[in-house]
Amino acid sequence: MSHKIVVGFDGSESARAALSFAVEAARKTGGELLIAHVLEWSPYSFLTPTELEERHKRRGEELERAEKAILAPVVESVKASGVTVSTALRYGHIAETLVSIAKEEGADQIVIGRTGHSSLSSRLFGSVAGSLAQAAPVAVTIVP
Amino acid sequence: MTMHFKAAATAATAWLVASAPVSAQSIDERVNEVFANSTGWFVNFIFSPFPGTSFPWIVAWLVIAAAIFTVYFGLIQFRAFPHSIALVKGDYSDPNDAGEVSHFQALATALSGTVGLGNIAGVAVAIGIGGPGATFWMILAGLMGMASKFTECTLGVKYRNEYEDGTVSGGPMYYMTKGFTERGLPGGKALAILFSIFCILGALGGGNMFQANQAHAQLTNVIGDYPGWITGVIFAGIVFAVIVGGLQSIAKVTEKVVPIMGVMYVATALVIILMNADMIGWAFGQIFEGAFTGLGVAGGMVGALIQGFKRAAFSNEAGVGSAAIAHSAVRTKEPITEGFVSLLEPFIDTVVICTMTALVIIITGQLVSDPETGMYLLNEGSSAIQTVDGNSGVALTSAAFSSAFGWFKYVLAIAVILFAFSTMISWSYYGLKAWTFLFGEGKASELVFKVIFCLFVIIGAAASLGPVIDFSDAMIFAMAVVNIVALYFLMPIVKAELDSYLSRLKSGEIRKFH
Repeated sequence: MSHKIVVGFDGSESARAALSFAVEAARKTGGELLIAHVLEWSPYSFLTPTELEERHKRRGEELERAEKAILAPVVESVKASGVTVSTALRYGHIAETLVSIAKEEGADQIVIGRTGHSSLSSRLFGSVAGSLAQAAPVAVTIVP
Repeated sequence: MTMHFKAAATAATAWLVASAPVSAQSIDERVNEVFANSTGWFVNFIFSPFPGTSFPWIVAWLVIAAAIFTVYFGLIQFRAFPHSIALVKGDYSDPNDAGEVSHFQALATALSGTVGLGNIAGVAVAIGIGGPGATFWMILAGLMGMASKFTECTLGVKYRNEYEDGTVSGGPMYYMTKGFTERGLPGGKALAILFSIFCILGALGGGNMFQANQAHAQLTNVIGDYPGWITGVIFAGIVFAVIVGGLQSIAKVTEKVVPIMGVMYVATALVIILMNADMIGWAFGQIFEGAFTGLGVAGGMVGALIQGFKRAAFSNEAGVGSAAIAHSAVRTKEPITEGFVSLLEPFIDTVVICTMTALVIIITGQLVSDPETGMYLLNEGSSAIQTVDGNSGVALTSAAFSSAFGWFKYVLAIAVILFAFSTMISWSYYGLKAWTFLFGEGKASELVFKVIFCLFVIIGAAASLGPVIDFSDAMIFAMAVVNIVALYFLMPIVKAELDSYLSRLKSGEIRKFH
């Protein structure tokens, strides 16, 4: 049976550590990798009228930027190491979205770094790692 | 008329600059005088009564429209209420559309444009003049207004412009032009131009001057009297930073704080009402009795009715067309869904929040009545009911809340200022959309409007309440005159959308994602 590992990736130092851990694990087991980047988003946030008007346009720009600046560079290097890799780019609550990606893709493991970009807000509102540890239906590996 | 108005604005601004050494009070007085003289004729026209009665034709116009939409769409505001809530919760939102404008966001933004002084100061004006009975008519107008809002917001989304770069522009001026062409009707363009002119003036009036004016009243109430133009200049500076300087972050902060303030306001009102639980029955008694007898107010039952309907329309803007601009940015394949969502707006704004204000004013005994007859006593000019401390407008609401919690007047002052600010930001956008519809999109044209908008903040803070509130009402109702004409011609389109959507909802073609 082939393994599929979902890596939560935001381009941070810690996420890079998680990615190299996952690449290693995939290579050992002959599994494949799915690099997931989630843009933090709540449909219940508040926007100004001008932001509403430009939202569709901004969304397109944000997706393009994330694809180019965050996902594309690492996909190349992972491919070079001989591991089968795909990507997912979504909006939503980070932990919840990683869980639903893992379910949809039938992954058997989620790998994330311990701290992403926003260590201050995660201290206030609970970290992605913490929520995943509690909610994930599959094994979660937290890489320091 | 635009010219007429611009001339007044220029003159007033020139005075502000020229008479700097003159004492501050006289600047306020002169602004006030110029303003009242230059706008009075239009105000008189809009509020002119049916011959031989004291009933303004404009009030009948709004109520008849709301009643027609309510009947035409088969009490849609009650039938679709649960579905509206499911839509706002996101039950029917496609997860692949995450990151786009949600129904909740469109509703919240539209609400922050309407919830504000209308709910706090406007209701106090209505109760102060029309007595407790005005509350009854206000709630009725709110419930019926839900159908008007449903109609205009569905059309707003259906006929919006979507540009290649992904931005959208929508509102009555777009459904007037595109919708009329589609139905092969003449006159769409003329209506759209007329609507845009009124929308620009409404943005400068109710969406701007009234807000600045009442924010200043609230500040003087808390920290003591000082000239209005000072508040005006400070406010204008902040508004300028947001709409010209692009500091969306300031606006974003208020967008977040305003809902919290709204919830706090309703919660405090509930606490005060519950503290006086034994008076609730009496208060509703006053509301019902006053609705049909007037209980001694000027104009009796008709007086109460006019005040209730007027202030409801001013507060929830149903039929005015402004909400159609705000709602048109939502991401949905079904324009009708935004209509469903928008009908919650008058409910939250008028039926819930305005009623809370009214109950607190009534229950805390701000209105003076004759202990023997139970009739309300009028003030010296017989223009309004006597209040305990002689307050009116926002000061009356503040006195009512403070009689239970002394500290509340400070919270209310902050709430009023934030509400005023968020309403100004929303209306600067509505006005801008109307402006660009008339004069074309482009940086220079937009800048002209934005600068005019900021100047009116100063005028509004300096002028006195009477002329400002009259002008604000007149412009907002003028928008409704044009908008409702268009709604009558386009309502069969909404009906077709509604029937198609409901049958697909029933057949299961439209289903929940969550």
